[in-house]
Amino acid sequence: MKTESQLEKVLRAGRFAVTAECGPPKGSNVEILKEKGKHLLGLIDAVNVTDNQTAIVRMSSVAACSILKGMGHEPILQMVTRDRNRIALQSDIFGAYALGIRNVLCLTGDHQTFGNQKEATGVFDLDSIQLLKTVKDMRDEEKIIGGESIQGPPRMFIGAAANPFADPVDWRVVRLAKKINAGADFIQTQCIFNMDRFEKFMNQAREMGLTEKAFILAGITPFKSVGMARYMAEKVAGMDIPEELVKRMAGTPKEKQAEEGIKIAVEFIQRFREIKGVAGIHLMAIEWEHKVPEILEKAGLVPAARN
Amino acid sequence: MIVATLKEIDEIRKMIDRYDSVLVVGCDSCVAECAAGGSRETMLLASALKLSYMKDHQNPTITEAVLDRQCVDDFIDQIANQVPDHEAILSLGCGAGVQALARVYRDKPVIPALNTLFIGETQSRGVWQENCLGCGNCKLGFFGAVCPVARCSKKLMNGPCGGSKGGRCEVHPEISCGWDLIIRRLDALGELDRLTEYVPPVDWSTSHSGGPRKVIREDQQP
Repeated sequence: MKTESQLEKVLRAGRFAVTAECGPPKGSNVEILKEKGKHLLGLIDAVNVTDNQTAIVRMSSVAACSILKGMGHEPILQMVTRDRNRIALQSDIFGAYALGIRNVLCLTGDHQTFGNQKEATGVFDLDSIQLLKTVKDMRDEEKIIGGESIQGPPRMFIGAAANPFADPVDWRVVRLAKKINAGADFIQTQCIFNMDRFEKFMNQAREMGLTEKAFILAGITPFKSVGMARYMAEKVAGMDIPEELVKRMAGTPKEKQAEEGIKIAVEFIQRFREIKGVAGIHLMAIEWEHKVPEILEKAGLVPAARN
Repeated sequence: MIVATLKEIDEIRKMIDRYDSVLVVGCDSCVAECAAGGSRETMLLASALKLSYMKDHQNPTITEAVLDRQCVDDFIDQIANQVPDHEAILSLGCGAGVQALARVYRDKPVIPALNTLFIGETQSRGVWQENCLGCGNCKLGFFGAVCPVARCSKKLMNGPCGGSKGGRCEVHPEISCGWDLIIRRLDALGELDRLTEYVPPVDWSTSHSGGPRKVIREDQQP
């Protein structure tokens, strides 16, 4: 064990891990956050707390992690390099660890032009891979960037994201390897809708020995409606949604679409469990956290079944 | 070269309406190449301003002049005779030209007519592409002569990000993904191995982050 992370414990024990995403509110309302957190409590191994996701201003990820931790959650602090320079990033890592947060997911973040502050400066002092290496050096070398030693290293379980579907396609596994070599202990992938391409990606990862070096959690997002499927296919950066899935949603009566979306998610989760090297799933039920219990139950992934 | 574009007449007028005489000064270097502030554009802007004032029944003195370079004193001195006859200077130079004129003609207001955008190249007729941010620490040799700092919207040094699709950037379909260009070019050159190494955090102290920069060379001084 490199850390005191509960997620690391689950993964190293070889249990199929379940993480889910929880987006902080656009404001300071703690009750909204707690309400979302309540639906996930006791069902998942760790909760990802997004960092101003899609460049929309929200409650800070560190604060929301701390509140969720207080409820009994195991939070994963998502950190993007878009909004903070290396001084602020390293400082927030110290602070998050001091608050009991034991997992961090290092990201670059969606470009600021996607959000509600389009006129903002994008910082991008570091990129996600440099942030990974920075947190790893803080933990393992007990040093910050530049080599100064620190008092009390943040012993974080370090994660990175991977998108098997972005271009150039051949480059995706090379980038995954770069992230793992830079310090990623676990990987959470972008939402997967194209299973064939994901299987190819996992084959390549296995051939390169990457599944031995890091735990890969497959990302899944249930569609709430055909509108959402279409929107994600057309508007969301880095998505690969096969037309047949959109058609399947479109062919379902409106009142049954949410149910069908969950059915698709459950089918995908079952297929992920068959793929060698997939250590768990990462469920991104966007503004649909209350459906997580149902999805996990239908997928046969209630905690008792995962041991 | 420095690439710039002309401001709207209304915005320029808001800045110069208070003067009765304006010397409109073009620059025949970079901003001529990008068709924003050369001789032709200076003449066109002066005419447009005269027309605009005529419509409002006003008749300020508007004189044209063009310098070979607005950022070098030897050239700036060429308008020394005309400047005293005008209340203000309207510069079609880049931001450096505007500030150089203001340094030399210290008692005259100098107003910019252009928005200075970037260091770039003329990619084809009427198309100018940003390709250098002047970071002061050129690493083009490692990236197939495509700059990740200028050409990637997120300045990624270990890219590409997850938003690269079909060679296009997630920010806008008109933007080529810089990392797609880097990978293709290094692949064609048989040098893809350059990209497997981890690139450590950039030293931005040589860029504007270190404050306004200055080059001082004694061997070039009188």
